[in-house]
Amino acid sequence: MTDAKIILAEHLTKEFPIHRSTRKITALHEVDFSVLKGTLTALIGPDGAGKTTLMRLIAGLMEPSAGQLLVLGMKTQGNEQNIQNRISYMPQRFGLYEDLTIQENMNLYADLHGIDKNVREERFSHLLEMTGLKNFTERQAGKLSGGMKQKLGLACTLVRSPELLLLDEPTVGVDPLSRRELWEILQQLVKEEALSVFVSTAYMEEAALCQEVLVMNAGRLLKRGTPADLCSIAKGRCYKAWPKANMPTRILQTMLLDDKEHVVDAVPEGGAVRFIQQNEKEKPRPELNAEPVEERLEDGFMILLHQDKRKHEKNSLSKKNKIFFSGEYSLSEKVDIEVRDLVRKFGDFTAVANTSFQVHAGEVFGLLGPNGAGKTTTFRMLCGLLPITSGFLRVAGVDLRTARTQARANIGYVAQKFSLYGNLSVRENLLFYGGAYGMASKRLKRRMEEVLEEFQLNGQEDKAAGELPGGFKQRLSMAVALLHEPKILFLDEPTSGIDPLARRDFWRQITVLAAKGTTIIITTHFMEEAEYCDRIMIQDQGKLLAIGAPQEIREKVGTKEAGMNEVFIKIIENARERKRLGEKYDR
Amino acid sequence: MIDKVADGFCRRLKALIYKEFLQICRDSSSILIGAILPVVLILLIGYGISLDVKKVPMAVVMEDTSPTAQHALDFLNGSEYFSPWYVYSMNEAKQLLKKREVDAILQVPPDFSEKLQKRQSSLQLILYGVDSTTAMAVQSYIEGSVRQKNIALSKSVFPQKGRVVIENRMWFNDANTSTWYFVPGLMMLIMTIVGVFLTALVMAREWERGTLESLFVTPVKLLELLLAKIIPYFCIAMLGFGLCLFTAKFLYEVPIHGSIWIIIFASVLYLFTALGLGLVISAITKSQFLACQVSLIVSFLPALMLTGFLYDLRCVPEWIARIGGVLPSTYYLDLLKSLFLAGNNWTMIIKNCGVLTLYAIFFLGIALKVTKKKVG
Amino acid sequence: MEYIYAFLWRIKWMCQKEMLSTLKDPSTRAILIVPVIVQSILFGYAATYNLEQVPYACVDQSHSRASVDFLAKLDGTKVFYRVETLLNANEIANVIDSGKALMVIHIEPDFASHLEEGERGNIQVITDGRNTMTASVASGYLNRIVDDFNRSWGGNLDAIRLETVTWYNPNLITRWNFLPGLMGLLSLIQVLLLSGLSVAREREQGTFDQLLVTPLSPAEILIGKAVPPLIVGLTQATIVLLICRFWFKIPMAGSIFPLYLTLIIFTLSCTGIGLSISAISSSMQQVMVYSFVLLLPMVLLSGLATPVHNMPYILQILTYADPLRFALESIRRIYLEGCTTVEIAFNFLPMLVVAVLTLPLAGWLFRNKLV
Repeated sequence: MTDAKIILAEHLTKEFPIHRSTRKITALHEVDFSVLKGTLTALIGPDGAGKTTLMRLIAGLMEPSAGQLLVLGMKTQGNEQNIQNRISYMPQRFGLYEDLTIQENMNLYADLHGIDKNVREERFSHLLEMTGLKNFTERQAGKLSGGMKQKLGLACTLVRSPELLLLDEPTVGVDPLSRRELWEILQQLVKEEALSVFVSTAYMEEAALCQEVLVMNAGRLLKRGTPADLCSIAKGRCYKAWPKANMPTRILQTMLLDDKEHVVDAVPEGGAVRFIQQNEKEKPRPELNAEPVEERLEDGFMILLHQDKRKHEKNSLSKKNKIFFSGEYSLSEKVDIEVRDLVRKFGDFTAVANTSFQVHAGEVFGLLGPNGAGKTTTFRMLCGLLPITSGFLRVAGVDLRTARTQARANIGYVAQKFSLYGNLSVRENLLFYGGAYGMASKRLKRRMEEVLEEFQLNGQEDKAAGELPGGFKQRLSMAVALLHEPKILFLDEPTSGIDPLARRDFWRQITVLAAKGTTIIITTHFMEEAEYCDRIMIQDQGKLLAIGAPQEIREKVGTKEAGMNEVFIKIIENARERKRLGEKYDR
Repeated sequence: MIDKVADGFCRRLKALIYKEFLQICRDSSSILIGAILPVVLILLIGYGISLDVKKVPMAVVMEDTSPTAQHALDFLNGSEYFSPWYVYSMNEAKQLLKKREVDAILQVPPDFSEKLQKRQSSLQLILYGVDSTTAMAVQSYIEGSVRQKNIALSKSVFPQKGRVVIENRMWFNDANTSTWYFVPGLMMLIMTIVGVFLTALVMAREWERGTLESLFVTPVKLLELLLAKIIPYFCIAMLGFGLCLFTAKFLYEVPIHGSIWIIIFASVLYLFTALGLGLVISAITKSQFLACQVSLIVSFLPALMLTGFLYDLRCVPEWIARIGGVLPSTYYLDLLKSLFLAGNNWTMIIKNCGVLTLYAIFFLGIALKVTKKKVG
Repeated sequence: MEYIYAFLWRIKWMCQKEMLSTLKDPSTRAILIVPVIVQSILFGYAATYNLEQVPYACVDQSHSRASVDFLAKLDGTKVFYRVETLLNANEIANVIDSGKALMVIHIEPDFASHLEEGERGNIQVITDGRNTMTASVASGYLNRIVDDFNRSWGGNLDAIRLETVTWYNPNLITRWNFLPGLMGLLSLIQVLLLSGLSVAREREQGTFDQLLVTPLSPAEILIGKAVPPLIVGLTQATIVLLICRFWFKIPMAGSIFPLYLTLIIFTLSCTGIGLSISAISSSMQQVMVYSFVLLLPMVLLSGLATPVHNMPYILQILTYADPLRFALESIRRIYLEGCTTVEIAFNFLPMLVVAVLTLPLAGWLFRNKLV
């Protein structure tokens, strides 16, 4: 019965012509799957897997090159409008009208979908509550932070409950707190309104909440099954090991990752490192003192990807940067960044309130917080891109805003969104930034070769930077920021929107850099990434809530081995609760 | 059922138009183009720009200072066309011309009065050809004045000889001011700017920013999307048009000989053409930079240069006039000028309105055809 | 010394990058070059007040030898050609209204007798005033023919003969006057847009922040941003120059050096205006709208189509802020009149003032824009 299958794809293929060439890029290759009515289905896969193309095909925004695609029992070709009348779709970059307020954006979509005025009020307040946008309804969308925009996009998509809801990475850049709320809503919708949801995501724990998961890579469907099916792939292969005293977890993780013969994947977690053995029968090396842990969806996914990767390409990770660990690790005495009583106001709105912290030389320092917490504002002030309202700020001994321009040669900066010249080639971008940092041609040449090698960009030199897949763009941004060998590296959400595989590579590079003595300041939405940091700082609504090593913070909250996600949510909720109580008390 | 469909259509259209108006209000640039620019332009054109040469500074080299010579040149004094600057050597005059203090030199040779007796005198006029517009005007004024002088002088000497004299009447522009003929052109320009340039720009912005992708997957129909762009910018253009019309009528007292309703009707037709072209450009380029360039190249500059706004199509080589004849703006301008200054000429109204209707249908049709609810 | 070297080194890279990102895309390259060629040829032909043909109609109610002679003389010119011979004066309105004839020559019944009696033989001439310029040019032609006719009809009665000499443009061809001006106009449009969009685009795409964290100083960024519009502007001006010189064969009286000096100063001031617009705008759309809104008055006030001295005094003062006005004047004078640098040096001043004010302003706004 096709009726129960809300999406049915048979041999679905999509090809794109290459500009000025007869060749074609295959974005989707013979994909077969179906989605049942009333279920929550997740689509996961690394960048360039074809997730967005698939979404657009289903939404009738593209036509398949071959194969069949039935949505709501109709062929998409010729029935685009009929389908679009009955589904809702949230594109990866939701096109908000930036000069309209939150309320006006939502009204527009409500009107377009024909939501009754009386139903609307209740629905809106529910959505606004969920997305935490309640207090900003009169603010223009263009003035919201990246994560808040994403949430508003979602709210606009959810103004009605359609027969099929398509969400293309709806939670990229959204903080864990809002993400949890959002998924509660989705699950509730599926249950109460028998909604069918098809969602692509980069978060494995989100995929685990779905009834069914599709795993894609390079335009092909690798696996289809329930989350439990996927978990079972990793059955009996997952272990956990603790680092030696004075050894940062990331060092142990990197060592494990480099042990390709035996280990598929390793990731820091709760002060330990969790890893997957290549072989089910093989036990981990005894000196690790590893103990078995329960398998997760992510483990299954990583195994699938590694298998597929090995089938298609040779092992690409360079051997050059092997990690060395002296056995001793302690925080340096030297202070690279000092911030005292930093305040930044935009009109009446205080984006950063009285914040003080220090970052020591050679440290990996994480800035965490929900959307709109003031992380990016803090960051931009540190880099000298935004004047401070009051307070004291020194980066490598100077205030970058007023310092001589040469002082900026000490820092490297990777912005939140890709911000290199998209129409220039990889080589041209590197050359330009090298020149801008005043590097002499000999040194520039040498460093270019080094970073191309280090970030596996060899062979991509002449491609336009804007046309690289997401992971490559991110690596190029890193390559550019590190080209002039800065002492301090600023990374603003470098991992948002990139897949787990690329994230592993990224953190491995950070580990190597830190080992060489570079100071790294990073903001991230992936709380588990806090585990890589020496110290973290948690901000919310402009205020500093906690600062210290991940383990210390964990202990403070009283959840010793919990994942960072949980710790984070707890801290934020506690702080908000205190504030609420305080407000009540004041009244 | 049909009621329900129509209901949805109106509701969605209303929502989209409301959105567009909010955006227009938030972003000063649309208002700037729709209201401020027309006013600035019409004031500039009304008060500043003029082809009518007045008070041209002219060096008069009086090498003959006799009363006869001065009498012969009395037409220069008190003329509204010239302000003479009497000098006594040709060198001095040339210096003045070089320094751009004067636009022409009128030389009165030393033997002027002597030769005048023999009816063989001559005056030498030196024109500054770099500024050819002024030069042409000076030439014809001086020629006219000398002609008058000659008639007066010959009348007393040869009373029996008659001569042909031209009595010139300029129709449609009794005041002989260029403002009258610039005003219709200005209206055409404003319509072109708002209709093509602004519309192409705002629609290209929607493509570029990805706002359309989200809108596409809603019950919104293509027609509604396009109408929601057409209607607000139609209003803005009509606002600019209204301002021009008002200023023309009440500030400059440009006569409106034809029917005002036909003027409005023709403008609406032209506006639809322009809006259609704007939408086509945006759908093809999908980028603001290219949309801006293309609309400048295909609509604005030709409207300025090839429609007879600045340069009369009767002066240009035929093949240029043919290119002008392909542009909808030429038909609109032609009709507008005629309606303003001449009156209702039905053959022309029917022909030009017919052409404009065809263009409007053509461009709107193409817009509907090339805009697709697809991405990539 | 080392500092200067480092400065130049960074500027080199900045300029190279700006040139690359401006000109890399073939469609952008095409749009910067091809329309200039097409436009200067097209507009070169279109820009003319020199009537080559005057369509006229006549009503000859005199039917005399004099009137027939006169009309024959008219028809004998290359310029006037008769489109219709009307039978009575009532038909005049129709011919003019429809635009069929630019001019109607009405010879009244008593024309010949007046002429014989030594009185004025009046000819009524009705011109179509919808285009004032054309109408007055046509009546100028007619007057000259009438003068000719009078001389051949009654012998030379004129005591005063007017000898007209035109310097620098002997036949008063509008094109000679307009085309050198086009060098300024076309490059103005592109320079304003290119420089205006350069910073706004970087802001919109987020690359500007990346640029600001490098050791590049605002001055270096400014220079880098100014170079591509400068080069594009000069290239376009060169194309127009070549078309003037070799396609339309307008003789060039002046030399290349002052011409390019003018163009460089002009382009620089336009770049300053463009970059300032860019620095205050928050989106590319705003840049385009602002530049456009600025562009039209600049063109109208420049004297491209209508002379500057015809403007009221206040507007003439306003034109001092319009670099195009001085560029046009200088270019025309260099090209047609053969002026030297010294002779037009005064014209550089207003343009330089605009550049000196806007360029540092733009540089300052790069870092201090409040958003």
